[in-house]
Amino acid sequence: MISKRALVRLMAVCTIVCCFAFSGPTAFAQRDAVPTDQAIIDQGKELFSSWACNTCHAVERKLVGPALAGIYDRRDMSWIYAFVKNSQKVIASGDDYAVKLYADNNNTLMPNHALKDGEIDAIMAYVLDRELNPPAAAATAVTGADGGTTGEAGIPAKYMTVIIVSLIVVLVLILVVLGLIIGVLTKYLNEKKELSEDDKEIVNQKVDLGAFFRSPGFIGLVTFIVVALGAKNVIDGLYTIGVQQGYAPKQPIAFSHKIHAGQFEIDCQYCHTGVEIAKSANIPSVNICMNCHSEVLKDSPQIQLLYAAQESGKPIEWVRVHNLPDLAYFNHSQHYKVGGIECQTCHGQIQEMEVVEQFAPLTMGWCIDCHRTTELNTKDNGYYDRLVELHNASSSKKMKVEDNGGLECAKCHY
Amino acid sequence: MSNNQKTYWKGLEQLSNDPEFVKHADKEFPEYLPISEQSTGDNPRRDFLKLMGFGIAAASLAACEAPVRKAIPYLNKPVDIDPSVPNYYASTYVNGGDAVSVVVKTREGRPIKVEGNKYSSISMGGTNAQVEASVLSLYDKERLTGAKKGGSDIEWSTLDSEVSAKLAEIAGKGGQIRIVSNSVLSPTTKKAVGEFVAKYPTTQHVTYDAVSSYGMTEANRRSFGVSMIPSYDFSKAKAIVSIAADFLGTWISPIEFTKQYSKTRKINDHHREMSRHFQFESNFSMTGANADYRSMIKPTDEGPLVVAIYNGIAAKANQAGVSGGTVSAAHVQEAINELWAHRGASLVVAGSNDPSIQTLVNGINNMLGNYGTTISTDAPIHFRQGDDAAMAQFARDLNGGSIAATIFFNCNPAYDSAESATIASAISKAELSISTSDRMNETTSLVQYVAPDHHYLEQWNDAELKEGHYSLLQPTIAPLFKTRQAPESFLTWAGNAVEYFAYLQDNWRANFFDKQSDTSSFQTFWDKTLYDGVFELGGSKKNLSYDTSAATAAAGSIGINYKAESTQFQLALYQKVSIGDGSQANNPWLQEMPDPVTKSTWDNYLTMSQVDAREMGLKMKEGNTEVLNLTVNGETMAVPVLIQPGQAVGTLGLALGYGRTKAGRVAGNGDENMVGVNAYPLITRLDGANSYSVFAGVSVERTKESYKIAQTQTHQTYMERENVIQESTLGEYKDDTGAGRWHPKVYKDGEFVRPGTISLWKGHEYGNHHWGMTIDMNSCTGCSACTVACTAENNIPVVGKEEVLNRREMAWIRIDRYYSSEFPGGGNKQLEIAADNPEVTFQPMMCQHCNNAPCETVCPVAATTHSTEGLNQMTYNRCIGTRYCANNCPYKVRRFNWFKYHDNTQFDKNMAMNNDLGKMVLNPDVTVRSRGVMEKCTMCVQRIQAGKLTAKKESRRPVDGEIEMACASACPADALTFGDMKDPDSKISKMLKLHTVKNKKTKEEEVVVGEKRAYHVLEEINVNPNIWYFTKIRNKEKTEA
Repeated sequence: MISKRALVRLMAVCTIVCCFAFSGPTAFAQRDAVPTDQAIIDQGKELFSSWACNTCHAVERKLVGPALAGIYDRRDMSWIYAFVKNSQKVIASGDDYAVKLYADNNNTLMPNHALKDGEIDAIMAYVLDRELNPPAAAATAVTGADGGTTGEAGIPAKYMTVIIVSLIVVLVLILVVLGLIIGVLTKYLNEKKELSEDDKEIVNQKVDLGAFFRSPGFIGLVTFIVVALGAKNVIDGLYTIGVQQGYAPKQPIAFSHKIHAGQFEIDCQYCHTGVEIAKSANIPSVNICMNCHSEVLKDSPQIQLLYAAQESGKPIEWVRVHNLPDLAYFNHSQHYKVGGIECQTCHGQIQEMEVVEQFAPLTMGWCIDCHRTTELNTKDNGYYDRLVELHNASSSKKMKVEDNGGLECAKCHY
Repeated sequence: MSNNQKTYWKGLEQLSNDPEFVKHADKEFPEYLPISEQSTGDNPRRDFLKLMGFGIAAASLAACEAPVRKAIPYLNKPVDIDPSVPNYYASTYVNGGDAVSVVVKTREGRPIKVEGNKYSSISMGGTNAQVEASVLSLYDKERLTGAKKGGSDIEWSTLDSEVSAKLAEIAGKGGQIRIVSNSVLSPTTKKAVGEFVAKYPTTQHVTYDAVSSYGMTEANRRSFGVSMIPSYDFSKAKAIVSIAADFLGTWISPIEFTKQYSKTRKINDHHREMSRHFQFESNFSMTGANADYRSMIKPTDEGPLVVAIYNGIAAKANQAGVSGGTVSAAHVQEAINELWAHRGASLVVAGSNDPSIQTLVNGINNMLGNYGTTISTDAPIHFRQGDDAAMAQFARDLNGGSIAATIFFNCNPAYDSAESATIASAISKAELSISTSDRMNETTSLVQYVAPDHHYLEQWNDAELKEGHYSLLQPTIAPLFKTRQAPESFLTWAGNAVEYFAYLQDNWRANFFDKQSDTSSFQTFWDKTLYDGVFELGGSKKNLSYDTSAATAAAGSIGINYKAESTQFQLALYQKVSIGDGSQANNPWLQEMPDPVTKSTWDNYLTMSQVDAREMGLKMKEGNTEVLNLTVNGETMAVPVLIQPGQAVGTLGLALGYGRTKAGRVAGNGDENMVGVNAYPLITRLDGANSYSVFAGVSVERTKESYKIAQTQTHQTYMERENVIQESTLGEYKDDTGAGRWHPKVYKDGEFVRPGTISLWKGHEYGNHHWGMTIDMNSCTGCSACTVACTAENNIPVVGKEEVLNRREMAWIRIDRYYSSEFPGGGNKQLEIAADNPEVTFQPMMCQHCNNAPCETVCPVAATTHSTEGLNQMTYNRCIGTRYCANNCPYKVRRFNWFKYHDNTQFDKNMAMNNDLGKMVLNPDVTVRSRGVMEKCTMCVQRIQAGKLTAKKESRRPVDGEIEMACASACPADALTFGDMKDPDSKISKMLKLHTVKNKKTKEEEVVVGEKRAYHVLEEINVNPNIWYFTKIRNKEKTEA
């Protein structure tokens, strides 16, 4: 007798088998259709961040939206094109997969993207490439925070001390050996009684250390060295007043650039919206955090602080890390948008910082040094065309920032 | 200018060559040590060392631990606001009966600067000092923070229920209700007031203006049958005659008139024509200072003068004359001839508020055929709709106790009306008295309830500047305090609980939307209007005919009223360009702005002619003067005297708008800090209208009490004059466009050469930009809008009267006013006589951004340096305050911070820097300078930098006109032109006619200025400035130079 339960199981198995069998023609093994050309992959990588795909999607894991790895296996390219361009339309058309996707992701709509089919192909190429060759850094970051230190250039510091200590030991040994040799030689010469008085005096002369230490020359030299070193220290110390290099205050929320900018590669501008248009790069307001964190990691105690701020209506009081004096005018858009300077040039490897610290000294000397050595970014900028022409006519060197008045007082002080 | 026989002087001291003055003339500051009065004399050196030691220790200790600074972003960032990126909103400046379309610059949601709206066909982007300063009034701590009853705070709901109940009770028993206001320009507000009147039918709306033009509306009623003030177009006028109308400074619509007038004063090689301007007046007004021919008359001559001109024109037009007295004044016949020669393109205006004078002026303009050309009745100006007769009636009724409730709608009649004394004493007779002023003033302090209005920068509203010319107000900041818009209050009390914004939109949907055909969507229409700020339909054609019998009647009235008693003084009340009617008196920017003519700050005073002063034995030296007892019709007040060249003999002038008792800490609170004296009680009546001239009953008496008037004119004088002011007449200019130029020569190697050919400096190469400015002295009217604009833009501190007396005012741009007169030969005595009616030249003076800057070479710490774009840069953080640069500046344009003017209770009148509210007006892109550093005009380097950055981001060169200086954009006369001299297409390059020539000696190409009018001030010292002045050309006959 076949129990009812067994029957149900059998039917379930049959259904699954049938599903697989019938879904054969619609199983979208279109992995092969995805281009693998390196240039296209690079283009895809750029598109992935410039269209801010990375704010909601990662390749291997779910963020706001689902993980993208294998999407070319799950759906065919035409579906992907349609969904990327207008997901709402696909969902509204009653497409089962789309409807389920929508439901699984808390009814969060993917915004429309005016991408061309070729561009979507490129993004797919990048996703496939990422899937096949997962980046090492990301992998270590996932497996553990202290999974390994990144390679430093030159000799590691701990070896340096060992080397120095052993060098000192060797030198001391040489000194001892030399002393012994002198002793032996003196003894030998004294035993040979053929020396004249003068020679004897030379051989047996005692070094009068006391007199040496009391000599004005020595005292003068020592005093000079002490004063000079002291003065140098004081002057160096004075120069560091107000310089907060390495300043890494505790912030009210333990926000990690390492996770956001490093691991998830969220574009800096996604949060720092002013960097291309304004003097200040802007610390993001809570509503920007909420673009993702209304869904992601809702229960984390740190994220709860965001909700608390939102509810109480009190903005978050971050501790300012980079404190330029008020008398200096610095404009982010000038440097980032016009100058094409990387954020990292002044802010250091921000994508690796758990807690933000001040990387550059932010002193005027530091600014000036950079203005002296940095080439003016004049490429494709109509503003500079005539200037470059003029400069090249009179100089064989590249045009530096200082050549365009970058060292003038009123560029920063007014 | 070898053929120029003029002599120039800046003040009477210089004219009379007082030995005391000569001794100090070359010193920038008075002789005593600036801070010496502060030290007591006990070992100041030791104290200094102690303090110094302590200071260094404290500083290094403090520096060890940097303070924790917070960075607080928005919680929810508004879409439109990006920190550090300014936003601009079109709005409308409204103050009393004045309105100007403006664009408001905001930073992080704070309005910080008001500029003109170029879309307005009325002001065309111009502003004046009062408009520029109005942004500071928003942040005045004296503003009311909420509803008040009997001086203490109450809830709005309580106020509404109590007021509504009281109004209903009064209306129920038929009690009279009055709403008193200045001219209301807003059609929607008028509608709201209408609803109020409908609800309480015993209400009447009484309108008055502090300085009334009722005489004009009344005259137009008598002449044409319509009460209105027509619009004027000075730009079409070739001959302008003004009888005591200060139309460039204070009369009706000065910004509009300045724009128009300045168009007729612009000349170049191809256009060698300009208007000819005759001014007849007793006080020396700013407009008079700009006139080609200025004649001094007494107030009692105004009537007969108008009759004479009327008759002169009538004779030429073969029309009947009128009879009404005789007058003898210079240039009357010339004026008549000019008017007639340019009939149809001429204009006669009069400042008098006497309907008779205005009726005759209408008659003159009518005979000249000016209606339809320079005068238009199609779009009457709405700025002055006050009715003096109704106001007088109101005061009588209030005093008689027949008014039960009175609402003072944004006005201050207890101070600024002719009936101020009556109203102030009778307010308590009304059962219910309410004021809607946004700040405490003389009237508000007397009423029971205060329902404070928003400041104009906080509100939604509209304004009809002229018929068919609308301008919208939009909030540029959320209300700072618990205030409520006055029309919304009226609606609430009328039982219509509606948000005023919705009410405004509804009104526009109903009444204005259908007047246009550009769009069928109201939202689009609204958005566009809001973006433009203005909605201009133009006026409507009116066919009016002049009633000649009105002229006869007017002349008769003049014959009776205008009789001078030769032994007595006559008094002419006037408004200052800065303070106006006094409603913005608590604005320190305006108080410290020097009067264009007298160059005085922080005071009003009795202006007196030199002849009368000599007769009374009065002397004035460097602001040191005497207090006089002025008696007018039995009332006596003590007023300091200011001896004014150009004041008509036998007349006195006194400015309105001063002597506020409840204005605030700047202009006076109680009897504390009173600034000047109140002249409103001296207003008399003539023919049913307020008269601002007192013909009889005026006497003055010496008190021997000395007084100091803080003038900025006597110091900062120069060596000679023809190297500073270069001028000519139109007649000469027509023959030679270089007329009036003075070409200095320097002796070198046996020959006289141009100073520019010898130089210690190597010069500068400008590859990128070469910024410069031209200043057309022919256009500059001296209005000083630039001075206030610069103060707002560049965080310039207000120093107060005491420090102005110490010659430490901080303005970066000043207007130098030079008197000049024909040198008669002989001694100083003759010169003084010649100087009784001098000509005036205004010269805006700021850092000249010299290419061979003397200041740069003497700075021991290189705090002032030259940029690769031609700017003379001043680096405050490097400056150690030696003041060598100021010493070496030939233009005396550098200002030293003698004190810390911010966060310093001793300078609490500097309200923009001494409290959290005031500080909101500061421009975040400009450093607030501290004590001990030098500062000066930076050529708005923050604007240049911002403009260049915008261009770079858009991968293009800056477009000419895109970068604009604060002073140049404020100028209603377009006298200042800023631009890049490297750009061959820029306006400045074209104005200067820059072109390249080959140097004969060096064989190198160099850029030279081809415009013959352009010159450098003090060319002979070859500092080679980047500021070019254009010669002043007066429209006089050649022989009259």
